[in-house]
Amino acid sequence: MTIVHFTPLQALIGGLVIGMAATLLFALRGQIFGISGFFGGLLHLKKGDTLWRISSIAGLILGAYVMHLIFNTPAQFETVSTTRLIIAGLLVGFGTRLGSGCTSGHGVCGLSRLSARSLVATLTFMAAGFLTVYLFPAN
Amino acid sequence: MNQNIIVFLTSFLFGAGLEISQMNNPNKVYGFLNLTREWDPSLAFVMIGAIALTSSAFHWIKIKRIKRGLPPIMGTKFMLPIRQDIDWRLLSGGAIFGIGWGLGGFCPGPAVSGLFRNQSELYIVALSMFVGMFIYALVDKFILSNETNAC
Repeated sequence: MTIVHFTPLQALIGGLVIGMAATLLFALRGQIFGISGFFGGLLHLKKGDTLWRISSIAGLILGAYVMHLIFNTPAQFETVSTTRLIIAGLLVGFGTRLGSGCTSGHGVCGLSRLSARSLVATLTFMAAGFLTVYLFPAN
Repeated sequence: MNQNIIVFLTSFLFGAGLEISQMNNPNKVYGFLNLTREWDPSLAFVMIGAIALTSSAFHWIKIKRIKRGLPPIMGTKFMLPIRQDIDWRLLSGGAIFGIGWGLGGFCPGPAVSGLFRNQSELYIVALSMFVGMFIYALVDKFILSNETNAC
């Protein structure tokens, strides 16, 4: 193993901003910042339960866009093949719903709450991620 | 304050954090998961930064408000997950998500917050993710919920 492309300062600052978001949503609205849950609920339309989820999508995109303008981050990303992206997206969508959470809900918020369920979920998806990249490297 | 505005503003911050930390970039995520070859530890530092702040804040909110029976500052009640059990859904869901995460380098937040890039590959990821969630909703409704009833 060699260490490459490490950006500790950006990572820490970005992490703190993510933590601020999770803190404020919990303190102000009493809600756990669980993005897969926010999105998943869009698929069963219930009255009064949709607009806030759309507000979240708008906020996520706009927040990232403003930082892109300020810090001049890449305009496009290199990605894996289309077939691989489709399989990846399907598995991420299905898996996060089945496992009741993703990197935000289980990873950031769950670990911060010292939830055993979230710790197990986070260790599981991290291990699966490491193993997948080990077995199927992108290039 | 209107609840939609709270969600919008906090999501704005979350998206900003993802872009600052470069976690919207699938190559940074892939680099973290590529542990045995060329490893980029950045994602671990994002988690450390986020959890350091959130865990202290959650602890403080618990003492200052939840234990005193107070509601959130601008909401009606704290919505805390109540489940404690570790079941096959949690484990297999985590594993399936992890495989998808490793294959593409996207988790749900970055699959959406990077969409301003107007790049076709990113739309494909976001759309596939929503289709995956929809398939889950169908499977849950027609297959899994029957199984629960049977037990």
